[in-house]
Amino acid sequence: MSGFNKVIDSYEEAMAGLEDGMTVIAGGFGLCGIPENLIAEIKRKGTKELTFVSNNCGVDDFGLGVLLVDRQIKKMISSYVGENALFEQQLLAGELEVELTPQGTLAEKMRAGGAGIPAFFTATGYGTPVGEGKEVREFNGRNYILEESITGDFAIVKGWKADTYGNVVYRDTAQNFNPMAATAGKITVVEVEEIVEPGELSPTEIQTPGIYVNRVIKGTFEKRIEQRTVRQS
Amino acid sequence: MALSREQMAQRVARELQDGYYVNLGIGIPTLVANYIPEGMEVMLQSENGLLGMGPFPTEDEIDADMINAGKQTVTAVTGASIFSSAESFAMIRGGHVDLTVLGAFEVDVNGNIASWMIPGKLIKGMGGAMDLVAGADNIIVTMTHASKHGESKLLTECSLPLTGSGCIKKVLTDLAYLEIEDGAFHLKERAPGVSVEEIVEKTEGKLIVPDEVPEMVFE
Repeated sequence: MSGFNKVIDSYEEAMAGLEDGMTVIAGGFGLCGIPENLIAEIKRKGTKELTFVSNNCGVDDFGLGVLLVDRQIKKMISSYVGENALFEQQLLAGELEVELTPQGTLAEKMRAGGAGIPAFFTATGYGTPVGEGKEVREFNGRNYILEESITGDFAIVKGWKADTYGNVVYRDTAQNFNPMAATAGKITVVEVEEIVEPGELSPTEIQTPGIYVNRVIKGTFEKRIEQRTVRQS
Repeated sequence: MALSREQMAQRVARELQDGYYVNLGIGIPTLVANYIPEGMEVMLQSENGLLGMGPFPTEDEIDADMINAGKQTVTAVTGASIFSSAESFAMIRGGHVDLTVLGAFEVDVNGNIASWMIPGKLIKGMGGAMDLVAGADNIIVTMTHASKHGESKLLTECSLPLTGSGCIKKVLTDLAYLEIEDGAFHLKERAPGVSVEEIVEKTEGKLIVPDEVPEMVFE
């Protein structure tokens, strides 16, 4: 690596520095746009006691679900979980902690975390279990709760293309939480389908500027589909 | 007779207006997309980051990177836009979505809604529902009027943990269309062949019944 070149060659290098007990922010919605090879590397590495901030927790044999097998996850901060049997089992056994967070609040917690904003007020969750114990303020006659932002020791992100400087573009709805995750990691690792030279991506189309990105790696992806729905042609 | 799921979707579709941006929840709300009136332009918002959701893809069009909030493969219509989750919820929480349709377990006379959690059962999460009810001004809740055991879901006070407080003004059940105002349900329309008495009997919360309650008409 030299100058702004962020490209690395191995997944071992991609997750170097990840230690037991760290917090990892992961992009993805369901199985769409998940950093599947970075997750596989965390599994191979065997890091434990991890806190994951991710909208979902994958399925039994794909996505973050694979990290449940060896009990690598201590806590999930998510809006919707439980698409897998192992998850349910570990939750009920008290081996796994879950902090359910409304989806928009979760996205904003990452965005604010990456932008240096420690907390924000939102109407979402006021008067519900989510608002319990949180500071309430009234603005213009409406009640809002104070939500704290989130940053991670690592952010793991799935992009479509990146240039060697770490400028990233996403493809279709595989974008989802990835751009916010990218801003909120002390070390942000992006895996992409294609790496191009600086200048090949138009500056106006860049969705994650390279300033947020520490490491870029090219991977090959299974891209599993969770709900295959079709219409007759 | 109680409305079928399709009839409920048809009735909700009558609330659509030309040029509306609409978020449809999972279940009956999703079916509303099948009843957008001919010639009307409506853009469907999917909270994972798609404005202008189209029909399911054909076998040839399937793309793992194109899904909706229910994680189903979808397409985008001409004029659609795709964006991040933060942008998506800026639209929702900023009040930019014209109509939100979602299901519920219970609603009450103060416009509270419970839709995400039944204590004692596995809790999977609220997804985007809390953001949707907090951010939208125009929400229609679709639900059955009573449980299978005949217990009312239109209550004086929700018994389940809330999704949002004081945010629901319109409810379509399989028996009636009602609006919530001043701490009561107001009966506006009834399903074809359903008596006012049956609706009264199955509504636990305070219910205001006008002299005339028109029957819904379906072709």
